[in-house]
Amino acid sequence: MSILVGAETRAICQGMTGSHGSFHTQQCLEYGTRVVAGVTPGRGGEEHLGLPIYDTMREAVDATGAEVSMIFVPAAFAGDAILEAAAAGVGLVVCITEGVPVLDMVKVKAVLAGTGCRLIGPNCPGIITPGACKLGIMPGFIHRPGSVGIISRSGTLTYEAVWQTTNAGLGQSTCIGIGGDPVRGLNFIDCLELFEADPGTQGIILVGEIGGNDEEAAAEYIHDHVSKPVVAYIAGVTAPPGKRMGHAGAIISAGSGTAQAKFKALERAGVTTVRSPAMLGVAIAEALD
Amino acid sequence: MNLHEYQSKALFAEFGIPVPRGRAAATPGAAADAARELGGDRWVVKAQVHAGGRGKAGGVKLANSVEETAALAEAMLGTRLVTRQSGHAGLPVDTVYVEAASSIQRELYMSALVDRARERVIVMASASGGMDIEEVASSTPEKILTVAIHPASGVSPWQCRQLGFGLDLTKGQIRELQSIIGKLVTLFHRCDASLVEINPLIVDGDGRVIALDAKIDIEDSALFRQQRYEDWRDEGQEDPSERDAREHGLNYVSLEGNIACMVNGAGLAMATMDIIKLHGGEPANFLDVGGGATAGRVAHAFRIILGNPNVEAILVNIFGGIVRCDLIAEGILTAVKDIGVTVPVVVRLEGTNVRKGRQLLAGSGLDVVPASDLRSAAEKVVGLAREHGS
Repeated sequence: MSILVGAETRAICQGMTGSHGSFHTQQCLEYGTRVVAGVTPGRGGEEHLGLPIYDTMREAVDATGAEVSMIFVPAAFAGDAILEAAAAGVGLVVCITEGVPVLDMVKVKAVLAGTGCRLIGPNCPGIITPGACKLGIMPGFIHRPGSVGIISRSGTLTYEAVWQTTNAGLGQSTCIGIGGDPVRGLNFIDCLELFEADPGTQGIILVGEIGGNDEEAAAEYIHDHVSKPVVAYIAGVTAPPGKRMGHAGAIISAGSGTAQAKFKALERAGVTTVRSPAMLGVAIAEALD
Repeated sequence: MNLHEYQSKALFAEFGIPVPRGRAAATPGAAADAARELGGDRWVVKAQVHAGGRGKAGGVKLANSVEETAALAEAMLGTRLVTRQSGHAGLPVDTVYVEAASSIQRELYMSALVDRARERVIVMASASGGMDIEEVASSTPEKILTVAIHPASGVSPWQCRQLGFGLDLTKGQIRELQSIIGKLVTLFHRCDASLVEINPLIVDGDGRVIALDAKIDIEDSALFRQQRYEDWRDEGQEDPSERDAREHGLNYVSLEGNIACMVNGAGLAMATMDIIKLHGGEPANFLDVGGGATAGRVAHAFRIILGNPNVEAILVNIFGGIVRCDLIAEGILTAVKDIGVTVPVVVRLEGTNVRKGRQLLAGSGLDVVPASDLRSAAEKVVGLAREHGS
C-alpha cells in the first residue's frame, strides 16, 4: 500500500520537452511510471519520448484521463502551470521547479484553497511509491518497497533517509519531498494524516529543517492524531540566525524557527528524535522492532 | 537582496509614501551640498549599511550646521560600522544619507511581509516604534497588531481602521495611515519584496504620519523580473566569498569553524554541518553545490572554501541523484591537483555511479580519505582537522 500515487497512477508532464523535463520524464518512464502525455504550449501535435504533446492541460487531460501532473517549467511560469493543472481537474500536482517567487505561491495557494487539487512542492524532489510510481527527480534505485513513510523538506537529505531504511531492510511505502520553500503545497500534517490512514505504512520518518513553525505544528498533530511510531530529524542546529541556508524557507528569524525549538516540540509530543542524520535508519528500525 | 535606506526611501517617494526630504552623499563635500540644498537648520546624517541598530552604533547623528553635516559625514565615510546585526567585522560606510531633521511626536512601527503559516502578505504595526521589534514581539506580543491581506480583495479599509484605532491615531491620521498602507502593499507586490519595514513610522510635530526610516528586502527568487533592483545591488555590503559563490551558482555561507564542507543539496548541507558539530568539530561554512553540480563547479567550490584561512580540513559529502558520483570524483581530483589543496580532504560518495567514483579516487594516488557513510565521514574529518591544526 501507499499514499497519493501507485501503479495505476497516470501522469502528464508539464514542460516535458525542456531539458530537465525530458531527462527526468525518461527516468520516470524507465522506473515504470505511467507518464501518458506532455504539455508544451505551441508544440501540440508533436511526439516526444514516444508520448503525445498537447498545447494545453485541458486537452491533455481530456485525451488521456490522467489524474496527476508533474511540472518542470521554469520558475517564471510555474505558478501559472500549477493553476492550469488545477483548472484542468487533476487531483495532484507535483511541482519540481526551484525558485518560484513567493508572491506567486501566495496567489496559487489562495486559488487552490477552493479546489480539490493537492499540490506537492514547489522546489521539491517529488513523490515516489517504490516499485510502482516515481514522479520526480529522486534516484529510483535507492528505494525499495516497504513499510516506512518518509516526509521531508529537503532533497538529498531525503535520499539519505531512504538509503538508510533500504539498508535496514525496511523499505518505504511512499516518500514525499514537500519542498524547501516558505509557501508550499502539502505540509507535514497533510502527509502525516495520509500515512496514519495507510495500512501499508508501519512507521514514519519526518525530516525537517530550520525556518517557520511547521515542525512544531506537526508535533502537536502527531501527539493528538498519530498512533504509528514517528522518528524525526531537524537539519540546521549549527545554522546562524538571519542567514538563508540555501532553501528560501530555511532561515532563522528573531529566535523563531530554530532546530532546538523544533526538536523540543517533537520530543514533548513523544516523537523519537535523532541528533545525527546518520541514525534515522537505526532509530526507525528500533521503533518498529 | 537588501536595499539601502536611501534606495528604499526613493521607492517610497515613487509610490507616494511620505518621507522626509533627503539626499545620498559619498563625500563630505556632497553631504554639505545636500544640507544646503535641503535647507533648514538641522539635519540627520545616516550611515548607509545593510544592518539594523545603526543609531546605537553611532551611525545616525544630528548636525546643527552645514559644516557639522560635512564633519559627521567625513567621520563616517570610509569606516566600517559595527552594529548588533552587522557581524564582528562591521560593514563599510560608502554612502551617507543626509536628511532634513523631523520633529517627532510619536514613534510607531509598521512592516509588510509574507506570513508563511497564513500564506498571506501581512501588515504588522505597533505603537512601540523605534525599538527593536523582535524585542517587542517576544516581551509584549499583544502590542503587535496584524492584518492579513487576501490576494483577491487586496488591503481593505476596515483593516487600516483596525490598525489605526489600535495605534490610537486621530481620525485624520487614520486616513493618512490608510493611504500609506495601501501604497506599502502595492509597493510590496510590484517590487516582489520579502520585507518592507518602517521603523519608526512617526507622527511629526504637525501631526502628520511620515516614514522616518525605510528598509526593503527584494526576494532573491523574483530578481529575474526585478532587474532594476539587481542594478541597485551594493556589492560592498556583501561577503565577497558569498558573492563569488552566488555568481557561480553555488550557495555559500561562511561560518566561524575550521572544517569546510561541500555538499549537494541544502538540507544535506545543513545536516553535514550538524554532524560535524555533533562529533566535536566546528563547521567553517555552509556550501551547497546544487543538484546540477559539474566538475567545474566543484573545482570552484574548492577555491572558495580554501579562501578561508581558518580551514583545517574539508569534508565532501555527495549523495548522487541526478549528479553522478564519477563526475564529482573527477572534479575533486582536478581541484586537488590544480589548486594544490594542502589540508586533508575526506570524501563520502553515495548514490548514482558510486563504485566508479570511489575507484577514481582510490586509483588517483592523491591524498583523499574515503568514507563509506555519513557518520564515519564526520568522525574522520574531525580527527584530521585536529591533527592538522595542532
